[in-house]
Amino acid sequence: MKRRKFDMAAVPGNTARAVDERFQAATPLRKLLNKVFPDHWSFLLGEIALFSFIVLLLTGVFLTFFFEPSMTEVIYNGSYAPLRGTPMSAAYASSLDISFDVRGGLIMRQMHHWAALLFMAAIVVHMLRIFFTGAFRKPRETNWIIGSLLFWVGFLAGFTGYSLPDDGLSGTGLRIASAIMLSIPVIGSWLTSSIFGGEFPGTIIISRFFIAHVLLIPALLVALISVHLGLVFKQKHTQWPGPGRTNDNVVGERMFPRYAIKQGGFFMVVFGVIALMGGLFQINPIWLFGPYEAWVVSAASQPDWYVMFLDGSTRLMPDWQIDIPIGDGYVIPPLFWPTVVLPGILVGLSTLYPFLEARYLKDYRSHNLLQRPRDVPFRSGLGAMAVTFYVILTLSGANDVIADKFHISLNAMTWAGRVGLLILPPLAYYVTYRICLGLQQHDREVLAHGVETGIIRRLPDGRFVEVHQPLGVPDEHGHGELPYAGWVVPKKMNRLGALGPAIRGFFYPIEKPAEAPVSPGHPPVEPRPEREEIGSGETRR
Amino acid sequence: MSTHTAQPGQDQLDVNDPGLSRFDIVREGARRDDIEIVHYEPQVAPGSKAERRLVRTVAAFFLLTGLAATAFLAIYIWWPWQYEPGRGGDKLYTPLLGVTLGVALLGIGFGILTWGKKLLPKEVSIQDRHEGVSTEDQKITGQTMLYMADELGVKRRPLLGVSLLAGLVPVGAVVAAPLVGGLISNPHKNNQMFTTGFAPQDGRKIRLIREDGRPIRPADISAGGQITVFPGIEHGVSNLHADSPTLLIHLRDADAAESRRNNEREGHGDYMWGNYAAYSKICTHAGCPASLYEQQTNRLLCPCHQSQFLITDNAKPVFGPASRRLPQLPIEVDAEGFFVAKSDYTETVGPDFWERP
Repeated sequence: MKRRKFDMAAVPGNTARAVDERFQAATPLRKLLNKVFPDHWSFLLGEIALFSFIVLLLTGVFLTFFFEPSMTEVIYNGSYAPLRGTPMSAAYASSLDISFDVRGGLIMRQMHHWAALLFMAAIVVHMLRIFFTGAFRKPRETNWIIGSLLFWVGFLAGFTGYSLPDDGLSGTGLRIASAIMLSIPVIGSWLTSSIFGGEFPGTIIISRFFIAHVLLIPALLVALISVHLGLVFKQKHTQWPGPGRTNDNVVGERMFPRYAIKQGGFFMVVFGVIALMGGLFQINPIWLFGPYEAWVVSAASQPDWYVMFLDGSTRLMPDWQIDIPIGDGYVIPPLFWPTVVLPGILVGLSTLYPFLEARYLKDYRSHNLLQRPRDVPFRSGLGAMAVTFYVILTLSGANDVIADKFHISLNAMTWAGRVGLLILPPLAYYVTYRICLGLQQHDREVLAHGVETGIIRRLPDGRFVEVHQPLGVPDEHGHGELPYAGWVVPKKMNRLGALGPAIRGFFYPIEKPAEAPVSPGHPPVEPRPEREEIGSGETRR
Repeated sequence: MSTHTAQPGQDQLDVNDPGLSRFDIVREGARRDDIEIVHYEPQVAPGSKAERRLVRTVAAFFLLTGLAATAFLAIYIWWPWQYEPGRGGDKLYTPLLGVTLGVALLGIGFGILTWGKKLLPKEVSIQDRHEGVSTEDQKITGQTMLYMADELGVKRRPLLGVSLLAGLVPVGAVVAAPLVGGLISNPHKNNQMFTTGFAPQDGRKIRLIREDGRPIRPADISAGGQITVFPGIEHGVSNLHADSPTLLIHLRDADAAESRRNNEREGHGDYMWGNYAAYSKICTHAGCPASLYEQQTNRLLCPCHQSQFLITDNAKPVFGPASRRLPQLPIEVDAEGFFVAKSDYTETVGPDFWERP
């Protein structure tokens, strides 16, 4: 049989052509490859959450192969000697098996847990970045709302996952969660009974939490994250103000190859850090807590960090019980306010904030340029207020540990939290507001007078003045006319007119200036050519 | 696939001028996507010392990854991993896996990052946002949709709309019904929220037992001591009776006298037996076991939210978020000298809820 000569080099081209003839992919693909992303370290915080989520999915799938979501009582007979012979739920026994009898199971469990903590932390920090830079403004309110929802859905994912091992600590958390549901007026007991399948703890809650944790909530997270990223893509990323940057353009790098490569590298770094943490730092050693028994608890029972603010609010709440004297009498327990009403208010405030601010400022335009926190003092103040509120609650969630370690009265800690919660947030608002104004003022001063040099000159009449290095062309008073642009102004003088270090270089002396590299593979950079320079065969605009 | 060799298939993309370089075509493509590449500067000259050094760095990172990954596999397979009591090598299994896996992943990460950040040309591109909305398009789409509504003619044929609502809304409820109906569970079945394991069965009073199932005599607890007790019934010491765990406290004489006085004030004069009092261990705030008993002050502290209950005064809350006292279990000693519950708790045990009388 005669063999045709096979041209290897033509394969990629032919394949590409064949694909495009069927799917018309060339133009959209080029648009995707070329899409420009602005770059700044603070834009990578959300990526950490995304990458942690991917690690969560990978490690989580592994864990499902070995976890048994059942509350059937079994007698433990695994490798961990101290608990052998103890009656426990099958869920707890299989969690112990993952830790001791599945090869590499413990590191997977710990990576899963650390990734979950990192996921929530990255969401919070990312959210703070969005808030303080005004990235939530029109047209991005929807994405802000989705982001806030992601926090709460992530919260649920974390709590359901935390409860699954059915150990002493998580069972106590579940007990408190049931009490929180129980505290809801009118429907509380019905809701709790329906979720737990009867009185706490029942025999079905672990299986229900399992399906929520491995199917329902992840599906919701995937959906929300997809829309979140899709909107970032569609609406294009915000950018900081700066030279050439306007509200109508995006200045940055094309997505491929450099931007995408940096993202890929960053993913690997996040993954690697989680692996290091999962291996080196013990987390949630469930074998030390024992199985959940309704009558056992120890001091310093703290939830995961993102739940601690609710624990704190619960601890600080005074014992205000509302009795409603109708019929046999009805009760609204004090637990209801810090654990149901407070989160409700937080969700409402955070989702509504973009609209409230737009209304307050009467600003209904689209904004694609970010603002530095100092340029919007009231918003930064509000943010500082919220952060202070949150931090006090979180610290109060550990107030028994603080009281113990620092030998402070526990009751004093509680009272300090109660008082601090009322006084410190407004104080934080005021201080932040003043700091913002001060920073702004300093920027304006540099623009007007130039950079401080630290050089003091004595005038003929004996006065001393500091020499400033002007940023622009100064007038006869030494003042510049540079407009405030909302971006970093130089604060250090350049080498002009001052002595440089004797030898340049940090570790190796640099003896000659680097030559401007010229690559024959790429033409040298030219000034921006006119649009008409290259005819494309079709008329555009 | 090499991107450096010329590919005949792609050359045909440039229909106009075969003399254009590939970068010209890239730039033209970007222009068609409203992108101007305004700055494009290789960071290292090809063949330069700097380039060779960076290539070596990247290669070293990748080789490190290979090394660490191999070490991971070796440890995974051969390191003793099964739990042994004491300080065996198995305690290092997970840390070693973490270090090798972490180093392997960080190696890829930093390798790729160095490649991307140092070896690839730096560029600044500007893309237009195109956020302008076309009011004309808005109008056309709006009219299209309105026309579609006209086509359906719900306005002209109101019966359609009404019947649609009347017919399809119940279908929505049908979807929800199995979920709600299946999950819903009456909290007041068997009066379960108001009874505990101590409720007398067939007129027989329930003994107080320890965790190991043995009943308790008064002499078993020294003055100032306390013990967690459970109802002496089947599964009494288990989570099936999560609301039953009770704290049996032997008060000292003076405390017991004060406690009895306060009991009498509340009409609970016969709840104690001698100097012994029994209070529910389930916190009335959030249901944690209130288990830290401070002998000197007779306070019981719940470690979850720091509610404190004064045992000598009917276990009333004296600090923290709890608003309701711990219910007291009336106790006595039966003919054989063991503690029994005279009756079930007379107040609701556990965290508070709406319809608690």
